[in-house]
Amino acid sequence: MSTDTAPLPVGRYAYDQVDRTFLSQRVAQFREQVNRRVKGDLSEDEFKPLRLMNGLYLQLHAYMLRVAVPYGMMGSDQMRMLAHIARTYDRDYGHFTTRQNIQFNWIRLEDTPDILQHLADVDMHAIQTSGNCIRNVTCDEFAGAAADELLDPRIHAEILRQWSTLHPEFSFLPRKFKIAISGSPHDRVAARFHDIGLVARPGAQGRPVFDVFVGGGLGRTPIIGVQLRDNLPEEDLVAYLEAIVRVYNAYGRRDNMYKARIKILVQALGVEAFREKVDAEFALMDRADYRLDPAIVDGIRARFGIPELVAPADAAQKLAADRKADPAFDRWVRTNTHPHRNDGFISAVISIKPDGGIPGDVTADQMDLIAELADGWSFGEIRVTHMQNVVLGHVRKDRLHELWGKLVAAGLGTPNIGLVGDIIACPGLDYCSLANARSIPIAQKLSARFADPELQERIGRLHINISGCINACGHHHAGHIGILGVDKRGEEFFQLTLGGSAANDVAIGQIIGPALPEDETVDAIARLIDTYLVLRQGDEQFIDTYRRLGAASFKDAVYAPA
Amino acid sequence: MPLLENGHIKDDTWVTVTEDAPLPATGAVIVPFARLEEGLARGADAPLGVTIGPDVDVSLLRPALPRLGLVAVTFTTFRDGRAFTQARALREHLSFTGEIRATGKPLPDQYEFMLRCGVTTVQTERAEDISVWQQAHEIISVAYQPSVLHERRQGLGLRRFLS
Ligand code: HEM
Ligand code: SF4
Repeated sequence: MSTDTAPLPVGRYAYDQVDRTFLSQRVAQFREQVNRRVKGDLSEDEFKPLRLMNGLYLQLHAYMLRVAVPYGMMGSDQMRMLAHIARTYDRDYGHFTTRQNIQFNWIRLEDTPDILQHLADVDMHAIQTSGNCIRNVTCDEFAGAAADELLDPRIHAEILRQWSTLHPEFSFLPRKFKIAISGSPHDRVAARFHDIGLVARPGAQGRPVFDVFVGGGLGRTPIIGVQLRDNLPEEDLVAYLEAIVRVYNAYGRRDNMYKARIKILVQALGVEAFREKVDAEFALMDRADYRLDPAIVDGIRARFGIPELVAPADAAQKLAADRKADPAFDRWVRTNTHPHRNDGFISAVISIKPDGGIPGDVTADQMDLIAELADGWSFGEIRVTHMQNVVLGHVRKDRLHELWGKLVAAGLGTPNIGLVGDIIACPGLDYCSLANARSIPIAQKLSARFADPELQERIGRLHINISGCINACGHHHAGHIGILGVDKRGEEFFQLTLGGSAANDVAIGQIIGPALPEDETVDAIARLIDTYLVLRQGDEQFIDTYRRLGAASFKDAVYAPA
Repeated sequence: MPLLENGHIKDDTWVTVTEDAPLPATGAVIVPFARLEEGLARGADAPLGVTIGPDVDVSLLRPALPRLGLVAVTFTTFRDGRAFTQARALREHLSFTGEIRATGKPLPDQYEFMLRCGVTTVQTERAEDISVWQQAHEIISVAYQPSVLHERRQGLGLRRFLS
């Protein structure tokens, strides 16, 4: 545990005594709530929103605890505690989620107050990782490192985390509420698939400004968010978000949980009418009260540790030489790294998608190893990505080869980031009571089928997303190839959608035809990909070939096996 | 449960009149929103309160507010958080300074939220011991956002201490 005089943790907000007091009070409060539940003073119906506010879900076989990783950033000490929790209270593993959190699938209710205390010991919690409240704010996994970044979004992500924590007015919203923030012109947060998406950039006076998107989401009704406001000044960020969520809280539907998200309200009112309501609320507010003063922002910024980026002058040359000498390393660098703003550094992505493995699952030993590598290579800083992988943000180029060797030795060196093997899959019928079908085995079969790294690289950028039911936790609508589990007369079937995207070219995938039985799905996708390889022009990406030719060219491959 | 103010039991000096009961000519009464006009007609010095459901737009109360000593907001279930927004808007936008009473079925665990949105008293149908409510009020001492109570920011960031 760090103390107030310890060096600040790199890449995230450092708690002080006040924040720790808050967390320990929160743990005590939950302990009390569990007691009242056990005594029968609280019915399960009443206890449910309280446990959800502390990240505790009831799943098919056990309780699931979802631990918040604010804006995906954590330290090696925190990762080690997660490993300890996995060993002590779970079955030796955890699962990284698409919202940059980690969840444990085999938790006992009686253990949760103790687990929350362990988390609090390393400044972590599970607050608002579920329930009808403002959830963990997600952020670009290359924040503060990416060469293309205009502004580090983590400071404002932290401000929004604090602002939304136990918000008195917004803890019992019509439905959950998700906010993502990016500071790069290349959208890596799916800003337009969130209830609120924020894109930040430096403004005229040197303070940030924000484009505000609202009403995006996946689930049963996939909708691309609309721009509500551009150039929102930083000082109005909290006020404007308050105004949006107030309008939502007052007018969002509460009669039907499938129509309760803000996206449905925005659609029902129309963007103009929705904007008028928000503007009216905003105009009524005492803006001095809600003003996000630069001093507040700078105070929070000052609690973030900054990495000292010093690399030897020949770091880049050393990396080039290492790549030349080792083709397997070279391939991994091509697929699993991201350009850093400092030429001596690079960001490395650790794939949590081994061939044939379960996307996002990490063992306790792997967690410990990631912690160790973070200490040795990236200032103790670890990032969880919305693709369910892990990033070491600031790795010296001349030391990358050595890092890669350690990853490969531990089975964490799969070179598949952004490729066919980098599949997003929801827990599906293996864990989830709402599921129609098992998503995980499909992901495993696909990733085993395309394990050959050469083939994967030849196929190129291709996002496969799998959801076990229409709730779309695997974001199938946003996948280049989306796979949705459906139930046909008690059998597991899978429906394919093509052409979705969560990036700047945001799009919702279109259903290609009737759903396929489980045992034909993987073959059909293999034929689809073969067809693309034949039809592509030059090294065109799948999504571009699809857009050029349309679904018709792929339909035969899926439904009429040669 | 008895009427609660700031974690303590308080005598209720108001009489709540239901949809169809006769309206007393004098004394402090709380009328349903649908009978607000009737209540206002009782004369300017008869203390008047009104109960609103979660779907009422509080700005409709604006003309009547100078005559109202109490507005009761309703948690039809603890899951319906609209009463928080109503209470906060009454304080912030309509500058209402009278009593805001939370009624219906809020949970004690929502007590601090209610207070920070401007609720002053709670009258619930729930049965648990008053100490649970007191504890819910005292257990958390830090907040991270502005509220109608205007707790002063202290030190870092958005933080403030609750009393
Ligand atoms: C077994 C446990 C789970 C259950 C019961 C569950 C249930 C649901 C439901 C009912 C929705 C739809 C909500 C709505 O549209 O209002 C939803 C959405 C979502 N879930 Fe899950 N989920 C589970 C696990 C997960 C996991 C493990 C992840 C991440 C890997 C995840 C990520 C998401 C995301 C990102 C959405 C958002 C869709 C959107 O915002 O439009 N869920 N989930
Ligand atoms: S998409 Fe459906 S099956 Fe998959 S986790 Fe979500 S609710 Fe469960």
